[in-house]
Amino acid sequence: MPRNKKELVMVFSRFERFWHWSQAILIIAMMVTGFEVNGAYQWLGYEQAAQWHRFAAWFLIGLWVFVIVWHAITGEWKQYIPTRRGIMAVAKYYTAGILDPSVPHPYRKTRMAKHNPLQRLAYLAFNVLISPVIWISGLLYMFYNDWYRTGLDGPVGLGDVALVHTAAAFAMLIFFVGHVYLAAFAGKPFYAYLKAMITGYDLLYINPEADGDRKS
Amino acid sequence: MSGGLCGSSPPPGVRRAAIRAWAIVLFCCVCLAWLVPDGADATPRGGIASTGGWGGPPSESTADHTKFEELEGPFPDGPSVTEACLHCHTNAAKQLHDTTHWTWHYDNERSGQMDLGKRNVVNNFCISIESNWPRCTSCHIGYGWEDDSFDFTSETAVDCLVCHDTTGTYHKVPTEAGRPDPAIDLVEVARNVGPTSRENCGACHFNGGGEDGVKHGDLDTSLNEPDFALDVHMDAEGLNFSCATCHTTGGHEVTGSRYAPNALDRVGIDYPGHTDDTRATCESCHGLEPHPDNSKLNDHTDRVACQTCHIPEYARGERLTKVGWDWSTAGRLDEDGSPITIRDERGYILYTSKKGDFAWASNMTPEYRWFNGIVEYVRMGETIDPSGTVTINTPSGDVDDPDARIWPFKVMRSRQPYDVGHSVLALPHVFGKDDTSFWNNFDWPKALEAGMAAQPIRFSGDYDFVETETYWPITHMVAPKEDAVGCNECHTKGGRLGALTGFYMPGRDTYPWLTLIGWSLAGLTLLGTIVHGLVRLIATLRRRAG
Repeated sequence: MPRNKKELVMVFSRFERFWHWSQAILIIAMMVTGFEVNGAYQWLGYEQAAQWHRFAAWFLIGLWVFVIVWHAITGEWKQYIPTRRGIMAVAKYYTAGILDPSVPHPYRKTRMAKHNPLQRLAYLAFNVLISPVIWISGLLYMFYNDWYRTGLDGPVGLGDVALVHTAAAFAMLIFFVGHVYLAAFAGKPFYAYLKAMITGYDLLYINPEADGDRKS
Repeated sequence: MSGGLCGSSPPPGVRRAAIRAWAIVLFCCVCLAWLVPDGADATPRGGIASTGGWGGPPSESTADHTKFEELEGPFPDGPSVTEACLHCHTNAAKQLHDTTHWTWHYDNERSGQMDLGKRNVVNNFCISIESNWPRCTSCHIGYGWEDDSFDFTSETAVDCLVCHDTTGTYHKVPTEAGRPDPAIDLVEVARNVGPTSRENCGACHFNGGGEDGVKHGDLDTSLNEPDFALDVHMDAEGLNFSCATCHTTGGHEVTGSRYAPNALDRVGIDYPGHTDDTRATCESCHGLEPHPDNSKLNDHTDRVACQTCHIPEYARGERLTKVGWDWSTAGRLDEDGSPITIRDERGYILYTSKKGDFAWASNMTPEYRWFNGIVEYVRMGETIDPSGTVTINTPSGDVDDPDARIWPFKVMRSRQPYDVGHSVLALPHVFGKDDTSFWNNFDWPKALEAGMAAQPIRFSGDYDFVETETYWPITHMVAPKEDAVGCNECHTKGGRLGALTGFYMPGRDTYPWLTLIGWSLAGLTLLGTIVHGLVRLIATLRRRAG
């Protein structure tokens, strides 16, 4: 198979799409309820907002258990290993090249390297910075009353945990805004990435050695 | 689409798809399990069937007092009835002599404040008992406490009937130092004694401050026969608790004192071998985790008293409670020099020459304070700061005190006389048909001079009025759970707990700087994407045009 030919390939398996969109809904739900708890607006009222925030959190934790196991077993976690190679070219593309429809995306997407260097960085930050901070602070927040059982009770108060949790939530919001724009509007045509995440198929460069029989 | 892909797949693919589908279903089930409560609450309201009065109906007694020769009378006065009672109940008077109901004296070992109790403290209603004995002691469980010389060792001076009358005919004359109305048939009353009822306790406790509902805010005669909405436990058609159902007694000692309240019960449900010998806390019956279906509410019980949520308002019955008293306007007379009384359309006194201006209220939202059970009193002769409001009894505790919880209070606010020369609360002599009592002469200097003879510091001669407040913990008139204070009433800006600071409460507290930075960065990101998108759009359009 010629190396420079693109082919329509299943890149986002049904599980990945289920996971991505469930996570999207849950994160939106958590932001909507969470920022209400944080006093940004009044919609559901504190009680309902806090309750749904907790429910959504448990759903998301459940989802993450499946997702982590899936990544570990399939080796898909390697998609997030950061690289500096080509990062400047991608950055340049998003600042200038994108304006010219004739300029192609400099990154050669393949089945086992479907994220460009900037994506890898962003998702890695999401996975190892924002998410752990938000989960750990969130669980501490939720189990505030049981701290005394752990001996954690002491210099750190609920206010400190709330501070960290809220800061991480703002980081999540900023990621969300950037991600939605780039994923939904920055393809060529503008909906290309969104379509891939819905149908699962994307035009990829085929690398027979690396991808083997995984292409569908 | 993936569905189409599946449909055209060979059998192994179908099997894989089926396994995947089941995995998704299983996942959803696991998630749903979090949503389903442990057990639906199908218990009818109140939870326990009516027992026809937990004070125990008289018919349960093994003794029929109408058959006792000792009670055939005649009884010329109260003490002669007591003498007859003591004939069989030989230890009763001795037991009562040890109670605060008798001594009106309390030494608080926890706070170290000695000489408290009704006979010693100053309040901001009628102010103090010293020098006004016969009026105040009409609520003493004795006969004849007329002055300082009352014999507290007298056994026959104990009034058995005021607590044990079941006829409803017995009552003390308001101004006769605890003596009953001479018109009462004491033989009839003595032959019909029984366990204490709400009416017995209420005769004094519903009428604290001299009139129905005046003092406490959560105690008035509405509780003689309340419905479920007013008090879920005392509901006359339901559980029908008497006061003693919770205020358990032993040797005539009644548990649950306002001088030493248990603000945080760590013992929980009281059963034999596991008890602090009182059911006067909610936890005594409901335990430490009283909400079976809502662990988030249970998370509150260590810092929030049950009463804080379950008594959303006080004075919820038929009566108003007094919330303000301005003594400084007292003494105004009409043109003829006669005292004035002004009432509102319901008959509540708004102004009286004897006492000044009153403010009344019902269905009041309590005020909330941290409270560890210790109340610090400004006692007679203790220096006050008249430049601000003087809190006469301060509930102790703060957020850092593990023994303190957030409690609801009625706050009574008054203006009352103080001694300018010595900066102490003044104790006026108000009651009595003599030439110094305020209610007889409307002359402050004379009344203060006479009243303060009992004070450790004598009257300097110079007086003025000072703003004062007293705190009355709210613990009765427990509402149905549907009416309990909801989360949103505190977890919001400017909510019920707005006055309590020093801790982070979700929904109320934020970090304004974090909010500003967070929303600014998010807004800038959004703006960046919009600009980026617009630049792309314009570039595309230009290219097409070009």
